[in-house]
Amino acid sequence: MGNFPNSSSVINEEDKNFYYATQWSLIRSRFRQHRLASISLIFLGLLYLFAIFSDFLVPYSSTQRFSKYNFSAPTSIHIYDSEAGFSSPFVYGQKKILDKKTFSWKYEPDLTKKVYIQFFTEGEEYSLFGIFKSNIHLFGIDEKTPVFLFGSDRLGRDVFSRTIHGSQISLSIGLVGVSLSFLIGILLGGVSGYYGGYIDDLIQRFIDFMISLPTIPLWMAFSAVLPRDWSSLKTYFAITIILSIISWGPLARVTRGKILALREEDYTLAARAAGASTSRIIVKHLLPGFSSHLIVSITLSIPGMILAETALSFLGLGIQPPAVSWGTLLQDSQDLMAITNQPWLLIPAIFVIGTVLLFNFVGDGLRDAADPYS
Amino acid sequence: MQRILEVKDLSINFYLREGVVHALTDVNFEVFENETLGVIGESGSGKSVTVQSILGILSQPPAKIVSGSIRFEPESRNLELNLLPTYGDTYRNVRWNDISMIFQEPMSSFSPLHSIGDQISEALTLHRPELSETDVLSVCLGLLEKVGIPSPAMFFKRYPHEFSGGMRQRAMIAMALVCNPKILIADEPTTALDVTIEAQILELLESIKSEFNMSMIYISHDLAVIGEISDRILVMYFGRVVESGVADEVIDNPLHPYTRALLKSIPKIDQPIESLDPIEGSIPSPFEVHTGCPFYSRCTERLGEICLRQKPAHKTYNNGHTVSCHLHA
Amino acid sequence: MLTYTIKRLFQLIPILFVISVVAYAIIELPPGDFADFYISSLRATGVTVLEDEALRIKEQYGFNAPVVERYWRWLENIIFHGNFGYSFEYQKPVNEIIAEKLPLSIGLTFGALIISWALAIPIGIYSAIHQYSKFDYFFTFIGFLGLATPPFLMALIFAWLFLKFFDYSVLGLYSPEYVTAPWSFDKFIDLCKHLVLPVILIGLQGTGTIIRVMRGNLLDELKKPYVITAKAKGLKFRDLLLKYPVRMAINPIISTIGWLLPALIAGEILISIVLGIQTLGPVLLRSVLSQDMWLAASIVMILSLLTIIGSLISDLLLVWLDPRIRFERLSK
Repeated sequence: MGNFPNSSSVINEEDKNFYYATQWSLIRSRFRQHRLASISLIFLGLLYLFAIFSDFLVPYSSTQRFSKYNFSAPTSIHIYDSEAGFSSPFVYGQKKILDKKTFSWKYEPDLTKKVYIQFFTEGEEYSLFGIFKSNIHLFGIDEKTPVFLFGSDRLGRDVFSRTIHGSQISLSIGLVGVSLSFLIGILLGGVSGYYGGYIDDLIQRFIDFMISLPTIPLWMAFSAVLPRDWSSLKTYFAITIILSIISWGPLARVTRGKILALREEDYTLAARAAGASTSRIIVKHLLPGFSSHLIVSITLSIPGMILAETALSFLGLGIQPPAVSWGTLLQDSQDLMAITNQPWLLIPAIFVIGTVLLFNFVGDGLRDAADPYS
Repeated sequence: MQRILEVKDLSINFYLREGVVHALTDVNFEVFENETLGVIGESGSGKSVTVQSILGILSQPPAKIVSGSIRFEPESRNLELNLLPTYGDTYRNVRWNDISMIFQEPMSSFSPLHSIGDQISEALTLHRPELSETDVLSVCLGLLEKVGIPSPAMFFKRYPHEFSGGMRQRAMIAMALVCNPKILIADEPTTALDVTIEAQILELLESIKSEFNMSMIYISHDLAVIGEISDRILVMYFGRVVESGVADEVIDNPLHPYTRALLKSIPKIDQPIESLDPIEGSIPSPFEVHTGCPFYSRCTERLGEICLRQKPAHKTYNNGHTVSCHLHA
Repeated sequence: MLTYTIKRLFQLIPILFVISVVAYAIIELPPGDFADFYISSLRATGVTVLEDEALRIKEQYGFNAPVVERYWRWLENIIFHGNFGYSFEYQKPVNEIIAEKLPLSIGLTFGALIISWALAIPIGIYSAIHQYSKFDYFFTFIGFLGLATPPFLMALIFAWLFLKFFDYSVLGLYSPEYVTAPWSFDKFIDLCKHLVLPVILIGLQGTGTIIRVMRGNLLDELKKPYVITAKAKGLKFRDLLLKYPVRMAINPIISTIGWLLPALIAGEILISIVLGIQTLGPVLLRSVLSQDMWLAASIVMILSLLTIIGSLISDLLLVWLDPRIRFERLSK
């Protein structure tokens, strides 16, 4: 018998890359095929980028007030004027008129005054990463005519600036909180799954207990005991710790489940028979088996943290002023009157929902990419 | 002999996201009363699709019967099964009542949440509503005894996971017989069992077949077993019937290179062996389309270009031995 | 089965113990102690409290004793006298407050659970059978929105929608005219009308995820061999669907009560706060903001107790419904 050319016996470059690809590059390419997840990842990246460079991107600081312009609707930006044609973006100046029916002051655009928006203007000073000082903002306008992309709130503060500033806290709490949970979860879950026996029983009961606790009441209770006079930074970390202490349960459970299953795999047995040490078995053999699942769990836990911080701050228990997060911004929209008359105050909510959705899409995409059998 | 089932020019495609799979192409065969038709083929040859299409339980979509017919002709009836609405009363009445099936994996073919008794009696209660509960129970218990299960009454109430593989397979056989079908399809029933149990099950099937006057379609990839129990044999490759005929004839005088290679690959106990003779290569991807013979890539007796370019025609010899190969054009 | 239940109930005891410790920690954490608060609030209302009177109060509440003893005293009070302490914010014993609001909280949460399942399971089944259809995509999308939107936000948006389009205020438990009116059939109907939205909103918390879980489970089960067996037997499609794969797919859903209940309770709290419904939610918020710790801790403890019991029930249900698990656990 000779060698017969099989239909797929000629292996080309593409196939070779496929056969020799590492787990991660396989996951990456499968992820890229998932369009929704890929686009969401890009948007998420943009959000985080905006958060990092928020000082530069927004015209005003989060505490700057324009007391004469409270509760004003989002400023309309025009680039076209019936007389002059197209031009660079501008807004109309405002004039205050007394509404004779309700006896309240209302603002109306003054079509005679055109104030141009300037880019890369000088504004309030800020420091980037605490190192670089600058006062250049992406765009701005002269002192007397404010430009409110998302409108202004009860104290005349620019909702747009505050929203982007607030994203720093809201987005980072998700990451920091989850890292803490991740550490606790992996440790406990790993020990529990690897050693088995009554250690496992004990830890597992503990995990079950933690998962079944109603989180919001506990969060509320613990945040309430935070002294009001703590600095924003201290409060931030305290909140993060409170959130993560109570929510590491699901991560621990996933870790334990996976390690338990992988421990029984034949290749673990083979490694042990070959004399590998415990740490080597864990790092080189077990870890790669479930690291993808872990990443998926982590990605899907982040939105939970973000929602939790938002809820707490909304209730007034989380981040305290003058610090800003999306939750504190939503405090202003607590009553129906506010929403009916100033619906733009709800814009931070769109950011919250959007971010959570994006994380979920990315997490789902990762899960599909990492698990070939689902 | 009376013909009871006729499959004629049956072609079935599966329309998947990754492409179209030509699961069956121009499949032709017949089943006669009281005979065992052995179907042999590797995984992916289309054996399961064939029998599932007879019962009408293929999911359509993604499957679709592109052409051909399946005709069921017991006694006075004549039904063209592929034209019947899948969940209509007529077709449903054929299922299990006239044609039943035993599966490869007895564990997963039973529902873990229902008792064995419930699942065995289910079809009988469904198809013979006139029977009383006690009648149904006595039929089932009688069958359990016949298939060799000790203390059937206790067995009845238990759950599938409480028993061994051999017991479960026997229970499945009892379940398949409960309506006294005309045709029993056995889809690799012993593949998951060890050899000693396999022998027992085969023996059981043989005795049941003659006692119940059934026909049997026995699917396997084990040529030895097929040769042992079949009256006639069907050899399938890549969704086509490449050879068929009386069992002894096909085994003593194999015509198709595939059949020949299969037979050669079985080590014989009475001959000295230097090395084993496997069939080189493996089955082509199901998405491939062949203009010629699908066995081309692994065939050791190729004629040349014609095998690659042109589909071989069916040739039927006088003794009913058919083959689909250019060597016999 | 009975012995197993009793065994599990006994295992609850250490858990309850841990919860009580956590709850007590909440009481002890804020600076200053309760007696000081009590005394200063008495003084603020103009009551003169003399020094030895103050000392007596401290004695009575055991504030001069070490922490552990105080803890035991508190626990004793609860177990043997059913006395959860005093709320000086509301100026009432905690028991009274809880007894007033707890039934409504439980009712809303439980109602939401039923709604959540009643919606999610059929939708999940239909989505699985009609995979990739418009229905499927639509409900997947809705499910995503449901879990991305914080509950208080949903409550706000729906309240606003109702106000804008139906000119109907959904706030509170009763419409203005019924608040102080005596009980009548009409008042009952009004109550029901006001309760519908909160129950649905709370129920939406878990619905999205349960739809996805149900859909995923069912899709997995539909591919399994026992479904083929059932089809081959000639059962009608709907009968075989419900008897076999759906029955299998539902089992894991039962065990979702474990995380669903805490989520529903959390949602109930937030939504009640926003919609102004007087359940334990707003009470908890208020007590936490004013550091009325005995009330806060008691509510936390009771809610934790509810969830633990809920998880236990779901676990017992699972054992009852799935013969394989029953076999495994009971034969130990």
